[in-house]
Amino acid sequence: MLKYLLEKEFKQFFRNKALPKMAVIMPFMAILIFPLVANFEIKNISLAVVDNDKSSTSRELIQKVAAGGYFSISEVASTYTHALRSVELDKSDIIMEIPAHLERDLQREGSSEILISANAVSATKGGLGSAYLAGIIGDFNKEINGNISTVVADSFTITPRFWYNPRLLYTYFMVPALMVMVLAMVCGFLPALNIVGEKESGTIEQINVTPVTRLSFILSKLLPYWIIGFVVLTISFFAAWIAYGLTPAGNLGTIYLFAALFVLAFSGFGLVISNYATTLQQAMFMMFFFVLTFIFMSGLYTPVANMPRWAQNLSIISPLKYIIIVLRQVYLKGSTFTELLTPFWMLTAFAIFFNGWAVLSYRKKS
Amino acid sequence: MGELNFKAVNVKSLAKNFGKVKQGGGGSGGGVAALGGLSFEVDRGEIFGVIGPDGAGKTTLFRILTTLLLPDSGEARVMGFDTVKDYREIRKIAGYMPGRFSLYQDLTVEENLKIFATLFNTTIEENYHLIRDIYEHLEPFKKRRAGALSGGMKQKLALSCALIHKPEVLFLDEPTTGIDPVSRKELWEMLRRLKKQGITIIVSTPYMDEASLCDRIALMQDGKFLRCDTPSAIIASFGKNLFSVKGDKMGAMLEGLRRVEGVSSCFAFGNSHHITAEKDNGTKSSLTVTSLKAHLESAGFTDVEVTEAEPTVEDCFMELLSK
Repeated sequence: MLKYLLEKEFKQFFRNKALPKMAVIMPFMAILIFPLVANFEIKNISLAVVDNDKSSTSRELIQKVAAGGYFSISEVASTYTHALRSVELDKSDIIMEIPAHLERDLQREGSSEILISANAVSATKGGLGSAYLAGIIGDFNKEINGNISTVVADSFTITPRFWYNPRLLYTYFMVPALMVMVLAMVCGFLPALNIVGEKESGTIEQINVTPVTRLSFILSKLLPYWIIGFVVLTISFFAAWIAYGLTPAGNLGTIYLFAALFVLAFSGFGLVISNYATTLQQAMFMMFFFVLTFIFMSGLYTPVANMPRWAQNLSIISPLKYIIIVLRQVYLKGSTFTELLTPFWMLTAFAIFFNGWAVLSYRKKS
Repeated sequence: MGELNFKAVNVKSLAKNFGKVKQGGGGSGGGVAALGGLSFEVDRGEIFGVIGPDGAGKTTLFRILTTLLLPDSGEARVMGFDTVKDYREIRKIAGYMPGRFSLYQDLTVEENLKIFATLFNTTIEENYHLIRDIYEHLEPFKKRRAGALSGGMKQKLALSCALIHKPEVLFLDEPTTGIDPVSRKELWEMLRRLKKQGITIIVSTPYMDEASLCDRIALMQDGKFLRCDTPSAIIASFGKNLFSVKGDKMGAMLEGLRRVEGVSSCFAFGNSHHITAEKDNGTKSSLTVTSLKAHLESAGFTDVEVTEAEPTVEDCFMELLSK
């Protein structure tokens, strides 16, 4: 019986115009595109320059800033007011104003002041951008000091050593987490929406009057997406390897084991939604609400430790948090199962909780 | 199951309420009574028609009988099986065709039929004789997706799917709603043939003219059966004189007729008006064809045409509603 139901599900899946294509495109999008766009490194900051000095020193400074790769000179303004206008028009993010007589003051008095004003609408861009700029000016300061006076040796040198992600690549941090997102979409969203779709079109009635048991009906909905989910996950592994040379430092088997547990928990969550929703619109909206909550609580973009205390406590409700921890740990640190016991028990608890709720809420309804 | 001569359907004081009244709705107990304590029986091998307007509770009754919905109180048995306790047994022996087309639109005609045959642990070949007459019409389109069929074809496919496991009782919820008169006629012919195969058929319809095609009918309104009998018995019990009136200014005439003394009810019936009048205990009533015509002409209506009419199920239904 289950075999025929599965045959039907696969037939419908592959006959669907969008779904099979989406299933292939989504992991590539998630792995190849998302890490590049969802990136907290600040680049291509548009800089408006007001050079009131027009000396060789000021030109050198501007060249150095432009050559660094972080800044592109968007405007060379004659006055600060003009530069501010270009910020208002959103053409520039930061203004650097070089005072008149910069060169003269440096030579005569050994110091001068440069004004940096930043558009702080995007706090990260404004903050990091002005810090970068200050850094570059600082370097420049050392160079000209070196030219003028003798080098003062630093008493200490600090050499940080970055473990697990030595080049501090943001993509290495994001890619394992994005794999989870893809898995959550395929295994949580799709079966739930499929069931609600059958509710909406009335076909579930026709199935309900046959001797098909509820369990085989639900399994016929979940199994295809579990299989598709794991195919998609495997595609993601390959995509990460080809695009970034990223391979798990730990055991791939550990990842599959935890992924299976997560999929069980998250499809249970989908079933709960499908029990309460009667239309696709409702189901979509409920899904979005909870999934967005789970994502923001999960530490996908921002570390959980950055959150206020109450939010950190609340973050335990997100199953995504634990599977993201697992994938990052295994991928980057090479953690083994025994080091991942907390996520293991939490995911087990989620699986029992959601599936139990799904069974109970289903009984209550009919 | 108990006794051997159980009925195809046996319903005792079946009641179902839906949720809370939204606003302005009266109702008792704060709920909308979809079924208000129904009791009836259906004999094996008969065509039983449930006739009533939209919202009468027909679909609710069907959904309870096909185990899709739990009743609030009362009990219902299908072929001796309780719809609540023995729902698994009922699902094996009952065929259900919902009012709304509920097959997989993205699967082909043949695939739909095959799925339902398999889910009932049978094959198309095994019960092909049952659906041959219906499926013949569909055969040329068997590779077409169900969603691309015409309304009548969809109904035929749905009926084939409901029959493929050789059910003992067939529930058809408004099978003729929204399909053309020719397909309607064909469908009723099919039901007659299925009856000959010994299948009990329970069919609902909002069309009064289909009542005479059933062995027995129930007139349903607001979750209650107003009458439940053979169509001829229901017509015979009409007990009033019936006139059919035509003329110009039909709209105004309806009002005018209601003011005529001796008219007990009056309603639009197709392109004429039907008027009922008391029989006056066997003696001829005060109203006759000629006196009615005189009344109307004196009220200023022209081209008045009055005839005596044979009551139909619709007349009986309207009469029952006016009580």
